[in-house]
Amino acid sequence: MIRQILNFTLLFLFLIAIQVLVLNNIQLGGYLNPYLYIMFILALPFNTPKWLLLILAFALGIGVDLFSSTMGMHTMSLVFMAFLRPSVLKVIAPRDGYDTNQTPGIQDFDFRWYLIYVSILTFAHHFVLFYIEVFRFSDFFFTFSKVIVSSLFTILLLLISQLFNYNAQVKR
Amino acid sequence: MRNLLGFLSRNSFFLFFLLLEGFAVLLLIQNNRFQRSEFINSSNSASGSFYQMVNNATKYFDLVYINNQLSNENAQLRNHLTTSKIEIFGKNFIINDTIYQQSYTFTEATIINNTVNKANNYITLNKGTLAGVKEGMGVIGPQGIIGIVKTVSTRFSSVMSVLHTQSIISAKLKDQRHFGSLVWDSKDYQYGQLIDIPKHVQIMLGDTIVSSGFSSIFPTGISLATITEIEKPEGNNFYNITVKFINDFKKIEKVYVVKNVLRTEQDKLEEQMEGDKDD
Repeated sequence: MIRQILNFTLLFLFLIAIQVLVLNNIQLGGYLNPYLYIMFILALPFNTPKWLLLILAFALGIGVDLFSSTMGMHTMSLVFMAFLRPSVLKVIAPRDGYDTNQTPGIQDFDFRWYLIYVSILTFAHHFVLFYIEVFRFSDFFFTFSKVIVSSLFTILLLLISQLFNYNAQVKR
Repeated sequence: MRNLLGFLSRNSFFLFFLLLEGFAVLLLIQNNRFQRSEFINSSNSASGSFYQMVNNATKYFDLVYINNQLSNENAQLRNHLTTSKIEIFGKNFIINDTIYQQSYTFTEATIINNTVNKANNYITLNKGTLAGVKEGMGVIGPQGIIGIVKTVSTRFSSVMSVLHTQSIISAKLKDQRHFGSLVWDSKDYQYGQLIDIPKHVQIMLGDTIVSSGFSSIFPTGISLATITEIEKPEGNNFYNITVKFINDFKKIEKVYVVKNVLRTEQDKLEEQMEGDKDD
C-alpha cells in the first residue's frame, strides 16, 4: 500500500515534468498537442474512492496549469474526465466484474478492453480542453479536427507507455 | 430535512464534482479577464525561476540562429549611422537637436517561456518592475511586434503575444498609409489577418504592412508582415487580407520592451476628448 502511494506520487511528478518540459513543446502545424499526463487518472487502481479521484485530478490539473499559464483549463477537463471514469468503467466492465488486485492496463486485461477504455476518456478530456481553450463554437470543425488528431496521438503515447510495464510471463 | 440530507448523500459524488468544476471555472474566468492573481501565473517567481533554469540549459541550442539574427540587425542599424552616409549638400548641414525629443526608449529582455500552438499564447520575459517594465508596454522583436505586457512581477513579466485571439494591433500599409487592424484567427502561427482596409485601396500581394503608431504603445513604421492572400467578399466594403508575419514566433529569443515617454501626455489628452463626448 505504502509502495503504491510512493509509486503514484513519483508518477504524478514525472508526468507533470514530461508534459511541461517535453510534450508542450511538440507543436506540429498547430494541430498536435499530446497530453500524456491524463495517464495518471487512467492508471489509478479500481478501488480508489471516487472523491479521491476528483481531488487527485484537481491537483494534477492545477499542477499542469501552473506551468502552462492556462489557469483552469486543464483542471476543468481533467476533473471532468475523472468524473466520467467510474461510469465508463461500469459500462465496459467484463462479465465477472473487476478484481481488487487488478489495475487498468493491458497487463490484466486484453488490448481491446484497454483501447476502448483509454479512447473514450482521452476523447472526453481533449474535447473539453480544446473547446474551453478557444472558448467559442465558431470554427467548430477546425477545433474538432484538432481534438481528433491530438487524441489519436495521446492514445498512441498511452499505448506505448503501457509496454514499459508489460510483462508477458506474468500475464494473468 | 431528512429528504434533503438523503439527496445530498446520494449525489455527493456529483455535487463534489460540481464544486471542483465550479472552482476551475472561476479560475478560468479570472484568467480570461487577464486579471490573474500574482502567485498563480507563469510570471510568479516559483515557476518563473524554474523556467529561467530550463532556459539557461536550452538557450545554447539556438545560439547560431540568434547570432545571425543579431548581426543582421546590427548591419541594419549600422546603415543608419552617419559614418555610413555621404554628405550630399556639402558643408551646408544644419543640425538642430532641439527638433528631436526622445519619445521611445527600449529595454533589452530575453524570452524564457513561449508558446505558439494555443489559441491564446503568452510569453514570459526575464525582466520585471526592477528593470522598469510596466503593464501595457509594447514588446518588439528583431523584426516586428511581439505583443503587449499584461502582468509584471519584480523580476519577470508575462506578455500577451500577437498570437492571441484578443490581440488587436493597429497597422497600416507601408505605401498607401491606409490603416486597419492586425488580428490573429488562432489557426496558423505564421499567418495573421489584416481587417478594415476599404476595397477602393489598391493593394498587391507582397505589400508590407507596418505599425501605425496610433496606439501610443509602439513606434510608427515597424515592419510587421507581408500580404500573401487578398479576398474581396461580397456585400462588404472591406478586404479579407491574409498576411505572413515577418517574425518567426517560434524562434525569437531577444526582444525589446518599448516605453513611450510621452504616453501619459497623449492618453490624458485623448481621455479629455472622450470625456467631452459623454457630456
